[in-house]
Amino acid sequence: MNVADWVVLLGTIVGIAAYGSWRTRHVRSLSTYLRGNTSTGWGTIGVSVMATQASAITFLSIPGQGFESGIGFVQNYFGLPLALIIVCAVFLPIYRRLNVYTAYEFLGQRFDEKTRLLGAGLFLLQRGLATGVTIYAPAIIISTVLGWPLDLVIVCTGLLVIVYTVTGGSEAVALTHKWQMAVISAGAASVAGALGKLQAVDFSLDPSRRYTVWTGVFGGLFLSLSYFGTDQSQVQRYIGGAALREGRLGLMFNAVLKIPMQFVILLLGALLFVFYQFAPPPVFFNQVEWRRHAQDGRFRAIEAEHASAVAQSQSAIRAWLQARASDDTAREASARAAMVAASSRTDAIRAEAKAALVAADPRAKTKDSDYVFITFILTQLPHGAVGLLVAVMFAAALSSKASELAALGTTTTIDFWRHFRPLAAADEARNMRVARRFTALWGVFAVAFALFAGFAENLIEAINILGSIFYGVLLGLFLVAFFLRRVGGSAVFFAAVTAQALVIVMYFSLNIGYLWYNLIGCAACIALSVALQAVLPPRALDDEGRAG
Amino acid sequence: MTLAPRPDERSEAEPPDVPGFRTWRGVYLFVFGWFVLVVILLSVLTEIFS
Repeated sequence: MNVADWVVLLGTIVGIAAYGSWRTRHVRSLSTYLRGNTSTGWGTIGVSVMATQASAITFLSIPGQGFESGIGFVQNYFGLPLALIIVCAVFLPIYRRLNVYTAYEFLGQRFDEKTRLLGAGLFLLQRGLATGVTIYAPAIIISTVLGWPLDLVIVCTGLLVIVYTVTGGSEAVALTHKWQMAVISAGAASVAGALGKLQAVDFSLDPSRRYTVWTGVFGGLFLSLSYFGTDQSQVQRYIGGAALREGRLGLMFNAVLKIPMQFVILLLGALLFVFYQFAPPPVFFNQVEWRRHAQDGRFRAIEAEHASAVAQSQSAIRAWLQARASDDTAREASARAAMVAASSRTDAIRAEAKAALVAADPRAKTKDSDYVFITFILTQLPHGAVGLLVAVMFAAALSSKASELAALGTTTTIDFWRHFRPLAAADEARNMRVARRFTALWGVFAVAFALFAGFAENLIEAINILGSIFYGVLLGLFLVAFFLRRVGGSAVFFAAVTAQALVIVMYFSLNIGYLWYNLIGCAACIALSVALQAVLPPRALDDEGRAG
Repeated sequence: MTLAPRPDERSEAEPPDVPGFRTWRGVYLFVFGWFVLVVILLSVLTEIFS
């Protein structure tokens, strides 16, 4: 990074944060602070919903996924448009009509206060821990590659996001998201234009395959419904706005654009794969980790062997291209087999390099696909563009964190503080101060968690496991509320507590894929609610009637 | 007995105010159709490069 890169990086990040703080410096209304401006249009809502999902790790990990495994990961998003249609048709009109600040207020109105606190508590537990991890995850990659102190990166991104989120609340989050997404899209498009693992769709019914059309449509629908319908960090993005129309169109904007956008990011990874077939790649993309351990002759031998294999692979690819142009089928098949064999040899040497790292240090970080895109940025792009793309990473880090902090602050204020201090609920100025303090407190908690917790290498997996353990039951609560009209508060509350305990016990005692816990938690919550409703004494049911 | 609230019927009848669409159902069908088209295009891409 040179001076030009630093100017672009600092100008972009500080400029966006300052713009958000300045535009919202006069926010005085609690509703505007928590739900955003009532005149917010569908475009801003749509971009804000999208930016909340686009964490920094998305732009570091997904090209790496495309590089390593091709673009089949795009199938993971197949359930999203269907989920958004359901959210638009069912969830959003009810949230708007009840004029709630949080999704969990709806549970209070539909069932009772204990069910509302349970829903809000499950959200705070899951999202509060995940926010700390997601601040840490991109920070470790950025600090490793750029050689900046990790603690400095965590504190700087954390403080910046706390300042403008606390200052302007939900409106600042929505306003800054618009510009952050502009930076993110420009960065991704500029590289995509410059650079084949193109197996996008797999109709296989083999249950052992991780990404197929069926897991994408059914599993993805389930996950997206939980995320968009019940997670306050998303609900808060779309319940504001001038009218119901704005929220709906904002969500439909995401339903139309999300799959193409993820496809472009994955395609970037696949194009990077092609690029590194012709430009010599390092044997291990996390070069800082490699240099830390690769001290002896064995590592030098692996590097030499890799360079030789890459040269052979390049020759094999050129031979295949010539054979393909010759219209000689037999020659083309032979050249293709040679090319695949050469590529497999390169992969084997990369695996050998990772094994050597673990042999040198069992704690060595061997997952280097997250470093592919940023290595390309730093070594191949001109100065200025490097600064812009590092700014992309920071913009993405800020955008997703801002939504999460705002949602955590809002839920703590509305569902807990106001619940236990009902007399203070009418004092709007005091509510504003409390909401700001809780948002700042969650920000400090997230930064402290990222600074002091010892994280494992598989951070994203840890977040997904955490989400899968809690999301299923939370979705179950909402599905019972929306669709099982005869189930009351006590039945659903005890069903949710039992289902959550069941999921936790199963997680620690069974060895099944963690994504299944979304389905198990939701199904258990719904089935137990219906069963308990049938056996609970009628008096308990009659006493709990709330909103009709 | 507690009853679940239903989406406001007036909100469903409200026009989306999007050129070419008179109802929200039309918008949802368009989005679903777009999703199907994207899956078909990705399948064609897969077929071409397999």
